[in-house]
Amino acid sequence: MAEQDWKANKRVFAAVSLPTLLWTVVFFVVPMAIVWFYSFGENAGLNEIHVSGTLDNYKRATEWLYLGIFGKSFAVAALVTLICLIVGFPVAMAITFASEKWRPWLLLGIMLPFWTNLLVRTYALMILLGQQGYANKGLGALWDGASWVKTLVGLQPLPTWEPVQLLFNNFAVVFGLVYVHLPFMVLPLYAALDRLDRSLIEASLDLGAGHFRTILRIVVPLAAPGIVAGVMITLIPALGAYLTPDLMGGTDSQMIANVIERQFKKANDWPFGSALSFILIYAMFILIALQSMRRKVPEID
Amino acid sequence: MALFSRSPVAPLEYSRTLWMRLWVGAVMVFLYAPLIVLMIFSFNDSKRNVVWRGFTLKYYDKALNNDALIEALVNSLTIAALATIFSLILGAVAAVMLWRFRFPFKGAVDGTISLPIIVPEICMGVAFLMFFAKGLHWPTDLVWPLNLGAITIAHITFCFPFVTMVVRSRLASFNREQEEAAKDLGAGEWQMFRDVLIPHMRPALVAGALLSFTLSLDDFVITYFTSGPETITFPVKVYSMLRFSVTPEVNAASTILIILTVVLTAIALKLQGVKAIAETH
Repeated sequence: MAEQDWKANKRVFAAVSLPTLLWTVVFFVVPMAIVWFYSFGENAGLNEIHVSGTLDNYKRATEWLYLGIFGKSFAVAALVTLICLIVGFPVAMAITFASEKWRPWLLLGIMLPFWTNLLVRTYALMILLGQQGYANKGLGALWDGASWVKTLVGLQPLPTWEPVQLLFNNFAVVFGLVYVHLPFMVLPLYAALDRLDRSLIEASLDLGAGHFRTILRIVVPLAAPGIVAGVMITLIPALGAYLTPDLMGGTDSQMIANVIERQFKKANDWPFGSALSFILIYAMFILIALQSMRRKVPEID
Repeated sequence: MALFSRSPVAPLEYSRTLWMRLWVGAVMVFLYAPLIVLMIFSFNDSKRNVVWRGFTLKYYDKALNNDALIEALVNSLTIAALATIFSLILGAVAAVMLWRFRFPFKGAVDGTISLPIIVPEICMGVAFLMFFAKGLHWPTDLVWPLNLGAITIAHITFCFPFVTMVVRSRLASFNREQEEAAKDLGAGEWQMFRDVLIPHMRPALVAGALLSFTLSLDDFVITYFTSGPETITFPVKVYSMLRFSVTPEVNAASTILIILTVVLTAIALKLQGVKAIAETH
């Protein structure tokens, strides 16, 4: 029995479709539409916004300042995604090929941080990276160790360790975003690798390819859909990240979400904030369209 | 001897090679060390998160006697519970609709329902801010729990698509002959739904509930925009504490929340088993 035509059972169809459709229209489509309309408006007075159909907000968004912030947000999100992919791929491999007994626990180990409150995790990382936190102490100990080794071989010792600023800069933002988004990358990668036909890997190894070459030539191409899914699942939230750059970044590490927030709170320029929001949404759509295009290409060949 | 009795590592047993183990171990340390340090320092008898000065429970005492913090926590848990119940209903019903019926504009409906998953949090927050403040002139001075209405509506909107996604993938494995058998045996639509379909969806419903509850409890950005000045949730409260004065009270409150997450996970595991939960993600 395939899918039923809605006309065949209108009563049941109405019962299962109306609640969700109504909810989605009233509480999702309408709010988004309001933002869209306001993006063509201008401030008139302190609390009044006049929707005049102007394109000034979009014109302003193409100023160098804002283009730079968009570019920077993309660069940060792309870097974070790349690091997550490099760190997460071996983990996903390890989970896939772990024994039956261990696999669920390893998965749980990856998922538990994903379930833990984002703010709590960001705060925890801030304690660790603080000026006198353990990351700095660890680096200091390494430095002292290096200095000791140098004196041991008769060289001048290194100058005394100065705590480095690990927080409130671009490094902290990238580090924090990787910390937060790593589980997003590992889970889809695992899902893709788990479906892999293992005999292909065995065949490659039997035919004399090394492990590294097998991974590069067999595993990666076969797991490509999962890799693309993982990249998208990491890239999209990283691009719209607000909390990490806000708490861990410095004055120059603002990402696009922080600029949008400022329009709605401090700057009180709702129409411009609306325009920026929709530009961000359009960027997401373009990314998703690119992904679905990529999926169709191999079928044409 | 134990060293020799170990079976040799087969080519595909990647997780038994040394460098793989080191890598996974390092990633686990990376993921958990900050949380463990935070939890340890919540018992530290010092104002700053730097040096260990002895064991104390006084910051738990302070946190638990901080009325604003407790109110925020109660608000958050209430919102999460309400959002979970409504998301389960809306999400499951939407999944059944998409799974069972063929109807015009199905692709568009499917896409719109899953949009809240893709749209950045900040954009949804902004949309709810405008919707409640300008569109509805939603009153901000209602009594508890009515003052949580706007936030709860926002949370349901971004939680239920996840439930739909999880339930839908579970329904794909449903054998439709069971449905016919139930009908042949005289079950009506409702009875069929209650006694055949819901038991089949159960693992997905548990996973969906866990997902909605944690997503709702976790959310800061959307709540920050939706909530009026009078209503605070736990993440919003912790955020303002972090912004203005970092005290070990935040550590204590965070530890309570981490433990809550672990307990919730344990309950879900007890109900469903580790494999089922792991596979729904």
